[in-house]
Amino acid sequence: MKRRDYLKNIGLTSLGMAVVGADAEAAALLDKPKAKTKPKGTGELKIPGGRTKEEAIRDVKLMAEKFFSEHEMKTITVLVDIIIPADEKSGSASQAGVPAFIEFMAKDRPDEFQTPLRGGLKWIDIQSIKRFNKQFVEITPKQRIEIVEDIAYPEQAKPQFSQGVAFFSLMRNLTASGFFTSEMGINDLGYVGNRPNQWEGVPEEVLKQYGL
Amino acid sequence: MLDFQVKEQTTIYDVVIVGSGAGGGMAAHELTKAGAKVCVLEAGQPYDPADPKNITQLKWPWESPRRGANTTRPFGDFDAAYGGWEIDGEPYTTARGTQFDWFRSRMVGGRTNHWGRISLRFGPDDFRRKSIDGLGDDWPIGYDDVKPYYDRLDRLVGIFGTVEGLRNEPDGLFLPPPKPRLHELMLQKNNKKLNIPTIPSRLSILTKPINNERGQCFYCSQCSRACQAYADFSSSSVLIKPALKTGNLTLITYAMAREVLTDPATGLATGVSYVNTLDRQEYTVKGKIVILAASAGETARLLLNSKSARFPQGLANSSGVVGRYINDSTGASRSAIIPALFDRKRYNEDGVGGMHVYTPWWLDNKKLDFPRGYHIEYWGGMGMPAYGFGWGIEGINGRFPTRSGIQKAAGGYGASLKDDYRRFYGAYVGMAGRGEPVPLESNYCEIDPKVVDKWGIPVLRFNYKWSDYEIKQAKHMQDTFEQIIHELGAVPLGPKPTAEDNYGLAAPGRIIHEVGTARMGNDPKKSVLNKQCQAHDVKNLFVADAAPFVSQGDKNATWTIMALSMRTSEYIINEVKKKNL
Repeated sequence: MKRRDYLKNIGLTSLGMAVVGADAEAAALLDKPKAKTKPKGTGELKIPGGRTKEEAIRDVKLMAEKFFSEHEMKTITVLVDIIIPADEKSGSASQAGVPAFIEFMAKDRPDEFQTPLRGGLKWIDIQSIKRFNKQFVEITPKQRIEIVEDIAYPEQAKPQFSQGVAFFSLMRNLTASGFFTSEMGINDLGYVGNRPNQWEGVPEEVLKQYGL
Repeated sequence: MLDFQVKEQTTIYDVVIVGSGAGGGMAAHELTKAGAKVCVLEAGQPYDPADPKNITQLKWPWESPRRGANTTRPFGDFDAAYGGWEIDGEPYTTARGTQFDWFRSRMVGGRTNHWGRISLRFGPDDFRRKSIDGLGDDWPIGYDDVKPYYDRLDRLVGIFGTVEGLRNEPDGLFLPPPKPRLHELMLQKNNKKLNIPTIPSRLSILTKPINNERGQCFYCSQCSRACQAYADFSSSSVLIKPALKTGNLTLITYAMAREVLTDPATGLATGVSYVNTLDRQEYTVKGKIVILAASAGETARLLLNSKSARFPQGLANSSGVVGRYINDSTGASRSAIIPALFDRKRYNEDGVGGMHVYTPWWLDNKKLDFPRGYHIEYWGGMGMPAYGFGWGIEGINGRFPTRSGIQKAAGGYGASLKDDYRRFYGAYVGMAGRGEPVPLESNYCEIDPKVVDKWGIPVLRFNYKWSDYEIKQAKHMQDTFEQIIHELGAVPLGPKPTAEDNYGLAAPGRIIHEVGTARMGNDPKKSVLNKQCQAHDVKNLFVADAAPFVSQGDKNATWTIMALSMRTSEYIINEVKKKNL
């Protein structure tokens, strides 16, 4: 096959319909986990391209499950937007679908995430009730920041907040991972690869900038 | 009555090959082209990287609900390896106090679908280590015996690189290499001051087209996902596919080999029995010649499981050497961040799948406290974000002042944190040593007396311990990494590994370069195969994977597996012509 032909082919099979279709599909899966799952006995399992049958079965099962309560999801949504808010360049973590990503990861890696996240969410609610007599989602943004300030800086935090610090670091890491692997986050970051191209080396002005 | 029967094929193939990876694929390619009727048994599923069912190339992280995390596949959702270190229902064991992790890919093309495409020839010294340092053994062949096959391989498969004239890093017939990325240029410049050579890498990726069947690299950096343009080497695309086109190849997938069958009277191999992993039925396939290319581990397992009155220790094992001397590459790594690259200009620097430059072994072991060398692989740059992106920023953002010179507290949240991720993107660099271990008789795999897999096949039990040689080598790697990082003006991440953790030396099996379980040699008492990779005990039985390796250099095994498989195939063709087989 000539180079032009296979680039064209790839354009058709992957860059054209497949990627757009799969984006929408993936977004749908994350936003509405239940809509995707057919009741047992109706229809056949649709295996997405690039997945094995066993993986597809597992993914469908995970999508159908719900781990966090509505209250927990609300708390997660508030927290991820404190960690990554909207700014002049891009939207917030929740706008990029990060809460649904965290819900999925908790089901995908239960041993690693379920107890630290569920317990951490409870920890922050207890803090909130002790200080303001209300759960974290019910207090004012200013009051929330008061709590966050105590757990957001691992090297400065007081020892009595160490569990909160560990939870907040985990949330920070999951939020960043979820945000910067979303379409919004990748555009924000300015990653411009993942497409057929011809690599010609480092651009001239960059070589100059670094004296190379 | 028992509802059990072995389904026997009436066809007698000229050659039956177990395994469709680098070695099996090459044997199938060479033998079918020569007109032989060949049957390949593959334990895994069919695989073509251009089949939309399999394609993961050019997918975005958000197309995976776990953003490409490695929950179900060891190298993540988009990696082209169906299998891993753990496979459901296919266990292996390790003897107490020893360690070995065994990676298996269950698919046509095996582990060649996702490998790093690092395609290094062994040099003259790599075949004669005992003569140099008194340890281990020499090969029964030398570089000059293998060179013609390396040359043919370079032309057949395609490889890029540069002619460097380094004595023990033989040059090949190279396509042009891709230009270095920014961090690679920095490494080249600064390593020079340390007298550490840093030369264009040698990868089997087509920077120029070499035929009409395969396309040219389009620089997506995703060879580990397998290429739908067939621009990188995988056995499935480059060897099995053309072999099928000859009409001489019967490829049987989902065929898990159980035993090599032999004629009790002559002691010759007559075929292979296997279980079909879909219908769980037993089958046999007959052949005049049998080639095992199931991987060093699976080949040893097959031989040891093929016991009969005539071969009570397992097939081709009168020496007792089958399974002995198993050895994997050493591996240790370190990463760092380059402040000079903060807030760098964005452009597409995906490049090819893997490093554009590497460091071949450059020192003289006579002046060091360990006997064998290592090469260094590098990574870094503005890659596609994946699961794990930004993880651990609380260990980094308190160490560097912001753009406006403010020293922030580590961790944080909000707009300023969001900006840190942008600032640090593309500033990370990492390096890993891949070194040569000393093959030891005391490192071996054997059949576990108690455990079978879900097909009822007795499994391997590994007995593997690193020796002081490898640990000292890992220490040297860590010291070198620190020098390189320092000279680069970078800041190392995480604490430097120490003696307590073997200097970061990866567990045996983790580098996925295991070789040596059926080594070749001139003495049938000390080796399993002769210098043609033909069993000393069974003249129509051959091995064409990494099991015949006497040692592995610090060179990734694939290129030599294929060169030897080509050489063995040619020997078989000639012997058949001469009616010796």
